[in-house]
Amino acid sequence: MSSGGSRRAVASIVLVLGVAGGLAGWALSAPRPVIATGAPSLEQGGDAQRGKLFFDAGGCAACHMSPGQADRLKLGGGLELKSPFGSFFSPNISSHPTDGIGAWTVADLVNAMQAGVSPSGQHYYPAFPYTTYAHAKVEDIRDLMAYLKTLEPIAGKAPGHRLGFPFNIRRSIGLWKLLYLDATALANDPTQSTEWNRGRYLTEAFGHCAECHSARNLIGGVMGGYRYAGGPDVEGEGWVPNITQARDGVADWSAKDIAWMLKSGDTPEGDVVGGSMKPVVRNMAELPDADRDAIALYIKSLPGRDSPPKPAKK
Amino acid sequence: MIRSILIVGTLVASLGAVMAQSDPIATRRDMMKKVARANGEVAKIVKGDAPFKLETVLASLKVVEESARVMPDLYPDTAKTGGETRALPKIWEDKAAFAVSFAKFGKDASEAATKIVDEASFKSAYGAVVNNCDSCHDVYRGKR
Repeated sequence: MSSGGSRRAVASIVLVLGVAGGLAGWALSAPRPVIATGAPSLEQGGDAQRGKLFFDAGGCAACHMSPGQADRLKLGGGLELKSPFGSFFSPNISSHPTDGIGAWTVADLVNAMQAGVSPSGQHYYPAFPYTTYAHAKVEDIRDLMAYLKTLEPIAGKAPGHRLGFPFNIRRSIGLWKLLYLDATALANDPTQSTEWNRGRYLTEAFGHCAECHSARNLIGGVMGGYRYAGGPDVEGEGWVPNITQARDGVADWSAKDIAWMLKSGDTPEGDVVGGSMKPVVRNMAELPDADRDAIALYIKSLPGRDSPPKPAKK
Repeated sequence: MIRSILIVGTLVASLGAVMAQSDPIATRRDMMKKVARANGEVAKIVKGDAPFKLETVLASLKVVEESARVMPDLYPDTAKTGGETRALPKIWEDKAAFAVSFAKFGKDASEAATKIVDEASFKSAYGAVVNNCDSCHDVYRGKR
């Protein structure tokens, strides 16, 4: 075989591999809804009263309430969430039929929350914490939808996200999901109390504490070893506290202290929480005491993990 | 003997004042922690972890009053950054407004101290004092 022929052979192998890789990447990155729309059994019923609880536990209003006003049930969106990838703007999730999600089915909400896929079949960015909501039960999402429908329609769409390349390519999120979206249901842990299991469900499927209280890697994935161990604030300056039982975490807080903080914003040191924890407290404060206690019990059970190394002070 | 005690006492006292001047960041931080600790004792009552005690509440209010009086002076132009501080530049943009916040904090504490005589009056009057923590930290304290 001549050298020209072997070069051509190599070139065609590279081309074939490249095309195959591209196709595989395209296939792997496809948005995958978890549920088909239109199942009547899913779309009927829904307990708005019960849904309110998941709305509060999930902290939906913390990001989706219209900024610059005080009513947390006005879900016009538009809050800017800064990140190393650019700025995200929370969408309108009010019951407005065109600007909000008033025309959505329950299945649409299930696909959004469990798979991060929009009704039009696009990936959502994980700034919307579906890595957490993926664990929510379908019947609870149905109740949440029933509650959302009772809230006021707000006109106006939020601005589009402002992201740098390559993060502005939505399709690439499909690959990210392969790495970081684990939608396995949370199995009941029989070695733990009912209250603990309730607390874990509310925290891991709704409260999404770990979404902020964990260090993330360069592509925005939570680093397992630092889950709940705090880290640099992705919104820019500052440090998110460690909430595990490590020495620099909340080892000296009782479960009661945690529950109280979630209700009042007061820490056991007599300080008040600030920044993005404030809207979290505002939502958590709406929960019944028993549910806050359950969340606190679960948080208190998180094994101690050392915080990621802090950069030297400037 | 008495004279030497007085002299030593005066020296110690002035040393304290000098230290406050030389390291206002550490001084104001310690003072804030003192306020937090005093309020933390009161929070235990609110949470139901401790029984209501009028002395605890009044002691906390006194710490607030005393601290609020001196705190504005612990933010000189020379102590904007450098130590362990979360003070925001906004403090120095309008020092007068900043001082007014502390004056209100102190006034709210002294008013509460006159109103609070028992558990019922404590429940209705203490909140007005601690609401200042939040409203002030929101504007003047940066992130961790």
